[in-house]
Amino acid sequence: MADTQNNNSLLYISTKELPQLPAPVNTHGPGAWMRMNMFANGRDTFLTIVFSILVIAVLYKLIPWLITNAVFFADSIRQCREIDTGACFAVVTTRFNQLIFGFYPPDFYWRPILTFILMFVAFAPILHDNLPRKLLWFSALFPLLAYFLLWGGPIWGPLLIPVMLALAVLVYKSVSASLNPSLGVLAAVAFTVVWFFLVHDTMSETLASAMPIGLEPVESAKFGGFLVTFVIGVTGIVASLPIGIALALGRKSDMAVVKMICVGFIEFIRGVPLITLLFVASTLLNYFLPPGTTFDLILRVIIMVTLFAAAYMAEVIRGGLAALPRGQYEAADALGLTYWQSTRLIVLPQALKISIPGIVNTFIGLFKDTTLVSIVGILDPIGIMQPIRSTTEWNGIIWELPIFIGLVFFICCFVMSRYSMYFERKLDTGHRN
Amino acid sequence: MKTKLLALALGTAALATVNTSASAATLDDVKAKGFMQCGVSTGVPGFAFTDDAGDWQGFDPALCRAVAAAIFGDPKAVKFTPTTGKTRFTALASGEVDMLARNTTETFSRDVDLKFTFAPVNYYDGQGFMVRKSLGVTSALNLDGATICIQTGTTTELNLADYFRANNMKYEPVPIETNAEAQEKYLANACDVYTTDASGLAATRAAFEKPDDHVLLPEIISKEPLAPLSRHGDDQWADIIKWTLNALINAEELGVTAANADDMKANSKLPAVRRLLGAEGDFGTKLGLGNDWSINAIKAGGNYGEIFEKYIGPKTAIGLERGLNRLWNKGGILYAAPLR
Amino acid sequence: MNWPVAAIEYPLDVFQRILQNGPHMTIANDFSGEVEPFRLSMLINDKRYRSYTLQIITIALFMLAVGWLVSNVVANFAERGKTFSFAFLWEPASYDINQRLIEYTSRSPHWLAAVVGILNTLVLAFLGCIAATIFGVAIGVMRLSKNWLVSRLMTVYIEGFRNVPVLLWILLASTAFSAMLPAPRQAPVLAGGFVPTNRGFYVPAPVWENGSGILVVVFLASLVGAWLFGRWAKTKQAATGEILPVFWIRLAIIVLPVILFYFLLGRPIGLSLPELKGFNFQGGGFVRNSFMALWIALSLYTAAFIAENVRSGIQAISKGQTEASYSLGLPPNRTMNLVILPQALRIIIPPLISQYLNLTKNSSLAIAVGYMDVTGTLGGITLNQTGREMETLLLLMLFYLVVSLLISGVMNVYNSSVAIKER
Repeated sequence: MADTQNNNSLLYISTKELPQLPAPVNTHGPGAWMRMNMFANGRDTFLTIVFSILVIAVLYKLIPWLITNAVFFADSIRQCREIDTGACFAVVTTRFNQLIFGFYPPDFYWRPILTFILMFVAFAPILHDNLPRKLLWFSALFPLLAYFLLWGGPIWGPLLIPVMLALAVLVYKSVSASLNPSLGVLAAVAFTVVWFFLVHDTMSETLASAMPIGLEPVESAKFGGFLVTFVIGVTGIVASLPIGIALALGRKSDMAVVKMICVGFIEFIRGVPLITLLFVASTLLNYFLPPGTTFDLILRVIIMVTLFAAAYMAEVIRGGLAALPRGQYEAADALGLTYWQSTRLIVLPQALKISIPGIVNTFIGLFKDTTLVSIVGILDPIGIMQPIRSTTEWNGIIWELPIFIGLVFFICCFVMSRYSMYFERKLDTGHRN
Repeated sequence: MKTKLLALALGTAALATVNTSASAATLDDVKAKGFMQCGVSTGVPGFAFTDDAGDWQGFDPALCRAVAAAIFGDPKAVKFTPTTGKTRFTALASGEVDMLARNTTETFSRDVDLKFTFAPVNYYDGQGFMVRKSLGVTSALNLDGATICIQTGTTTELNLADYFRANNMKYEPVPIETNAEAQEKYLANACDVYTTDASGLAATRAAFEKPDDHVLLPEIISKEPLAPLSRHGDDQWADIIKWTLNALINAEELGVTAANADDMKANSKLPAVRRLLGAEGDFGTKLGLGNDWSINAIKAGGNYGEIFEKYIGPKTAIGLERGLNRLWNKGGILYAAPLR
Repeated sequence: MNWPVAAIEYPLDVFQRILQNGPHMTIANDFSGEVEPFRLSMLINDKRYRSYTLQIITIALFMLAVGWLVSNVVANFAERGKTFSFAFLWEPASYDINQRLIEYTSRSPHWLAAVVGILNTLVLAFLGCIAATIFGVAIGVMRLSKNWLVSRLMTVYIEGFRNVPVLLWILLASTAFSAMLPAPRQAPVLAGGFVPTNRGFYVPAPVWENGSGILVVVFLASLVGAWLFGRWAKTKQAATGEILPVFWIRLAIIVLPVILFYFLLGRPIGLSLPELKGFNFQGGGFVRNSFMALWIALSLYTAAFIAENVRSGIQAISKGQTEASYSLGLPPNRTMNLVILPQALRIIIPPLISQYLNLTKNSSLAIAVGYMDVTGTLGGITLNQTGREMETLLLLMLFYLVVSLLISGVMNVYNSSVAIKER
């Protein structure tokens, strides 16, 4: 207890009564709003004035160049400069198809467009839980469909894969019913491997020569522009999901060896920059495959991007697993469920749902990071700027292409981040313990 | 279940596109694929560029087309892979491309250490310097203290270091990845000098708005024999590239053009022309091709001279003189071995 | 020591049973005391053994996969006549590097080129982290400003930078410098001998002369003085409640003696000013545009993420803290500095450190603008000129991995230190 006499010397205790303040001024209407939100005190007023001047100065310089004096239709940069003094967005309009599709054959533009639309249909049941669950089957088949639409070729190769999976399920069911569930899994895996490496190719080739149904094949080298961005980004994120789940479960596992391998993989991938992994894709990956095997560069890049995304995905899902209330695990154990039963029926469905905003954020990051592939020579939007700039018509274009590309990225990423925020709010039902 | 399905489906989709190629016999693989894969640069005016339709054009792609025509009789049976200075050798070594036609200098280490087989030189070049006229520089020896734009991953980078060291001069290297970037930097005056192969300099200068404001300095500081190349260990394939190129050069020497090739084949009495065009002998079969290989190659884009004129010659915007690349009997050093 | 006897007995007892029955004894077994005979099927069906079975299978598969990859590499190397050796590191690099913090010429070996690159990476990452923190904290705080215009502008900044790829920002910054700044010959010399050109920024550089050592000592001494004053002021405030203008007095303690001694010693630190000679400015310091572009783009980009971390950290502190602080009579500034920020820092710092990690990794994009970081030297020119992809990329990844592990090590130390304070 401090001395009561000393209290009088404490400066923060007022010794005299404060004067009465005047009644507050009007708090309604635009004037009052401005006064309260922009000119509340001296510092506020100062900041408002400084920033207003800044914004006006920038806009004053930018708007004539960017909009009013800009040229949207011309054949070359020289023609642009003759028409007006502003930006020459004609390069974007004349090369629009190249920026979006790269060198994809113009006759088949409908294929990537259809794939793009179907992508939303496939993602809808995952991102909205009030849609019929049957749609999930379409989501599962979508990767094959997308592969078929984008790369073309005979339909039999992709078509036989669901057939194979259905047969594998049949094998599992019959063996597990008659012998043992573990043996059933083993038999199904063995069947898949045998089918895939021995039967699949010959069968699809026979079918293709017997019934040549399919689309004109388009090789990866023709892919470019935002098509590449979407192909690499979406494939990377979708393919990384199962690997990420496996890694996250492995990291939480009681088995020391499994945990060590998973932690090692995750920390290694997260510890190195994506660009070094892309260098591996462009210069090293072929050395790791059996002699004589070659993938084309886009597939190699997709493999490395998938591994990269998987490590980040694992951390997102680990967060989802950790956020799950302890009681859920305990309740599953109390019901006597096995590890896989509780994981499949209780843990993962909830953990994945909680992770969706994180997954979307990972996707945004990955979507932006796909621009790095331009450094290893893939003609993504940034990579394709250079061939466009080195043509005689557009030699000397500087700002217009990056502005357009940046704008497209901004719109895509902004919409996705808003969606992830919306989903987060929707999930936050407030009755978690 | 759904995620498992996805994993399997994607895995299989990726694996389904693996194509195995036995590297021992490139020709068999190429024939089996139905097309040849050719590595070109990502864009040097005149030498390799894409047109509005997205097709590769230029001096280097033309050679690829000729080889494709020699193999398949179809100059379109070729797929182009743009490569940077960094990725070109890996692309070739790993079998991603079957040949590289991309301003690549033949050197000892590339031949022996990196294990590539070079075809005859298709363009004799040397490293030069380009500067603004307004700087008043007349010799590369005046470049002490200059800022120099240079493409990394090329021999020019090493030549430059050697040259300035030998002449006891200092410089500020600005490393850049591609020709377009170098051009942008140089035009913005972010470097005083741009150095690369003289042909590339001329091609770049030709694309400027005011080419006359820039000069090429007289010093050529290195020999840059540019040649197409393939992997070590497949002599048959290397022979096809080598002799296709030789056929194009010999065609110019013998006056065979894309337009008159058929006519010459039917009517010419000169033994050299008849051998070249497959009217006599069976050189094509010995190469593992058809006997019309050379006439197809010539008809794909014309003889060496025609290709040169079409893409980089004095009448094009690039405006390169033939110089060293004239035929040996016209004052140059282009001297192709005869078909015999 | 008087341990209870049972405590010693119990573990021994358990230990013996483990010896008999294996480690994963379930409680049920413990109570019944029965020992089940081992059967082969227990390897799959018994929880105690299954984990071992699975781990052995995992190890086997893992080794198999690694072995497969390695054998492929060996086969491929043999087929292409390549060897695996780091001997190339001692051969002359033969190329020049523009920004070098240590002695290096084109005759130096490749490993020295790699070290030059590593130093360049570290400098960029270090300065980038500092700038990103300053920008990020300022923007994050302004984002929460009551001023409508300010908070809106900051939102625009954050969303704009976060939603556009960093590579595009780096390219834009680089283009902005080379296209908008004047060439050296046209460049104006700004106040203080600062020259912005499209090649880089020429700045005055200090020249250390006789007596500058004393000045440094004086400076360090005044830093200590400022610190001591701060402690004294705190004690005084605690005792009497009087608040001194600490900031200004500290500033005076630091600055005034240094200025005094500077003139007393006869100006021991001179300035070397850049002047136009030949092609470029000579003298002074030179900051290349490739560095400036990367530094600015990386720090502005990372700042947008840091700002969001700062904002969410501040907002995570419950409103009651602010209200309690106000009701104690603390003004808004002191509420922020004394109540909110110390609590928010605990939330902000872990994501902040992972942003530092991101910035360091993103600095590898230097290759896009020709800044000679370790990706540009070791993973760029050395890789190209020697054709040793495997060796160079291994070293490159190893470097980034070490840096990442160090940074996350720092983060773990911090996390455990705040965890102890938490009660």
